[in-house]
Amino acid sequence: MKPNELRAALPPAAVGWVDEAVSQVETDPGAIARLFPRAARACGRVPLPGSSGWTADEAARALLLAALPGDQVAAEADRLYRYGDADEKRAVLRALPLLPVGDTAVPLLHDALRTNDTRLVGAALGPYAAHLDAATWRQAVLKCVFMGLPLSIVDRLDERGDEELRVMLAGLAEERAAAGRPMAADAIGLLNRLSGTALRKEA
Amino acid sequence: MRIFDPHIHMTSRTTDDYERMAAAGVRALVEPAFWLGQPRTSVGSFTDYFDSLVGWEPFRASQFGIRHHATIALNPKEANDPRCVGVLDVLPRYLEKDRVVAVGEIGYDSMTAEEDTAFAAQLQLAIAHELPALVHTPHRDKARGTERSIKVVAESGIEPGRVVIDHLNEVTVRTVKESGCWAGFSIYPDTKMSPPRMVEILKEFGTERVLVNSAADWGRSDPLLTRETVDLMLAGGFGEDDVDLVFWRNPVEFYGQSGKLELDDAAPENLFEGNSILRGGS
Repeated sequence: MKPNELRAALPPAAVGWVDEAVSQVETDPGAIARLFPRAARACGRVPLPGSSGWTADEAARALLLAALPGDQVAAEADRLYRYGDADEKRAVLRALPLLPVGDTAVPLLHDALRTNDTRLVGAALGPYAAHLDAATWRQAVLKCVFMGLPLSIVDRLDERGDEELRVMLAGLAEERAAAGRPMAADAIGLLNRLSGTALRKEA
Repeated sequence: MRIFDPHIHMTSRTTDDYERMAAAGVRALVEPAFWLGQPRTSVGSFTDYFDSLVGWEPFRASQFGIRHHATIALNPKEANDPRCVGVLDVLPRYLEKDRVVAVGEIGYDSMTAEEDTAFAAQLQLAIAHELPALVHTPHRDKARGTERSIKVVAESGIEPGRVVIDHLNEVTVRTVKESGCWAGFSIYPDTKMSPPRMVEILKEFGTERVLVNSAADWGRSDPLLTRETVDLMLAGGFGEDDVDLVFWRNPVEFYGQSGKLELDDAAPENLFEGNSILRGGS
């Protein structure tokens, strides 16, 4: 979602605080250090209707980041993530595709993918994950399966899924079958789709 | 039965403990930042620890339906190491976090000049960030340490009703009650305070402005001693309402002064966009 769409989706009671905070950040970028952690207390955490999973606090935080001067946003996003609680870290990750940071924020995805916090791992696999190399991305997809995260959170899953991912998923399916433990239906579905693709490619 | 443990070091506990605590009625807790047993030697190891208190630990707790909050500070023991004093400079960032409900544990360990400085500076941070303060009292020379803590609190200008003085016993409780600060008690298997002694203190000093915690940490301790104290209170003539006051409404009132307690939804958090499935693995 674009910043103007996020703003439009905010609860009416949150818009005033966000507009005021955005104008503060525009005139004094350093103010974001204080405003960013306060956003959830000021705006609440309700899910925004029709917003593909954004909550009010995440949207408010993304709008604050988007208000930073372009040449400061990468460094500030890094700092806010570094010192953020889990909700703030998630908000930074979700905001990345909206910010002019190029691929400089990839280390934040790596950090999130090292955690075992489903909210962070999930947020690392949105559109900004386009900047992840294939090996890291495949490991992340497999980690989702291990953690029970729905694969629908992975951006461009079928487009990026490849033979190597199929081999990894097939290996997991074999281990699960040997242990008598189930594998999530969406992971089996992906494995089947990748197998079908592989067959078609061979033909 | 609902229990709010106002001081417990969950970093040291396993998921078995979370499970047993939830079964015993624990619905919310506050985890104060303190020492980890092994002394730290750099600011970075503190920030990683603080990150865990506002990141990973609340996530773990949420899987058991327990609301996790934290207090953040440079503890008195490590305030004596010049390599750790820089922690004071990073505290303001953490004190703004949603689930950080007090400055703590601050106070005295060996009553050094370094501890004086850190204690006073952090009481000023509590005032600046509009947070209550959690004051640890020393194990050694406790009575004088407690009196000196009360004096430092009074000099700081913070309202005494926004301060809890913790780890009290029969000897130190009276002066704290008279100071207007809250009285905190840490129930341990065989040190600071025991459930039977706690019940006697509640009989003598009443149930107002008292916080009772298990403090459970990496030493010999038991996260269910809050529940054991509840059972002993009931057996000793206290009613359900007294128990609810001491083990729920008191901590809610004290930490609620931060304006940041979140207890409306005591059910497990939505772990991911409505999907609360959480299997293990990495």
